[in-house]
Amino acid sequence: MSDHGDHAGHDHADHHHADHDHAGHGHRAEPLAPVEARVAAIETVLIEHGMFDAEMLDGIVENFEHNLGPLNGAKVVARAWVDPEYRKRLLADGTAAIAELGFGGAEGDHMVVVENTPDVHNLVVCTLCSCYPWPTLGLPPTWYKAPAYRSRAVREPRTLLAEMGTPIPDGVEIRVWDSSAEVRYLVLPERPAATEDLSEAELATHVTRDSMIGVERL
Amino acid sequence: MTAPIPDALTSMDGPTALPRDNGELVFAAPWEGRAVALALALVERLDLPWDAFRLRLIDAIADDPERPYYESWAAALEALVLGLELATPDALAKATPTERSPL
Repeated sequence: MSDHGDHAGHDHADHHHADHDHAGHGHRAEPLAPVEARVAAIETVLIEHGMFDAEMLDGIVENFEHNLGPLNGAKVVARAWVDPEYRKRLLADGTAAIAELGFGGAEGDHMVVVENTPDVHNLVVCTLCSCYPWPTLGLPPTWYKAPAYRSRAVREPRTLLAEMGTPIPDGVEIRVWDSSAEVRYLVLPERPAATEDLSEAELATHVTRDSMIGVERL
Repeated sequence: MTAPIPDALTSMDGPTALPRDNGELVFAAPWEGRAVALALALVERLDLPWDAFRLRLIDAIADDPERPYYESWAAALEALVLGLELATPDALAKATPTERSPL
């Protein structure tokens, strides 16, 4: 997955200049399911009622983010580490290879997997909102939706990553992938050293959500 | 690290058991997580037993066993909110958005 040109229309130049609104980004096109609208209405009414505030709900959801975790994605990564043929299929057609493991759905129907190597580190962002591969990574972290992350990931990824505790050596190229409603990216992290003896299931427990977004190296 | 998922959630079994994949809880869309958070927050704020919600979830699933799990969850949440007179059907209808908020 070294050819950016494969994803014309989703690279930064096009994304920023041609699609700089949500309509172009594809979100308006996604229908709001009646049940989703109803849940939003219940939240609005209860907050107006003074029952709790949005921050309290955010806190609970944040708890889920940490504890419901990126578990499906971790299984995909572990399979790719132990099975070279699967890895090839995953990099060639992420959606199909992820579906082989039974994961997919509306928020993951066009997945592109980008591979970290000793020379290349990949970072995923959604510059315009918070497009995120739900079926593989679960709930998006709060910072993923923050304007600071969304802008700095593009403008100064090296500085941002260092601040997030992941300094990238100078010789390593950083590639930034801008997720959208049409394409969602998943980083295939490098397999950590000294894990030869681990089973696929054990390997999966080493894969973190942040490593599959690209803000952590394992 | 944050607190673990409340036992009230993870200990539900039978038809009310949260959807799992290989033993792990999964949400297919953001609103599902939001609906779970709303139920937890409401029960906690009103100091209700978890059964106040759980029994309505059982009813909601029995009402329409073919319906996706979290749609039943949302129906149970709505029934609880209406039952506690925290909202009227009218107020909910007025507050229902027609499109997703940007974030």
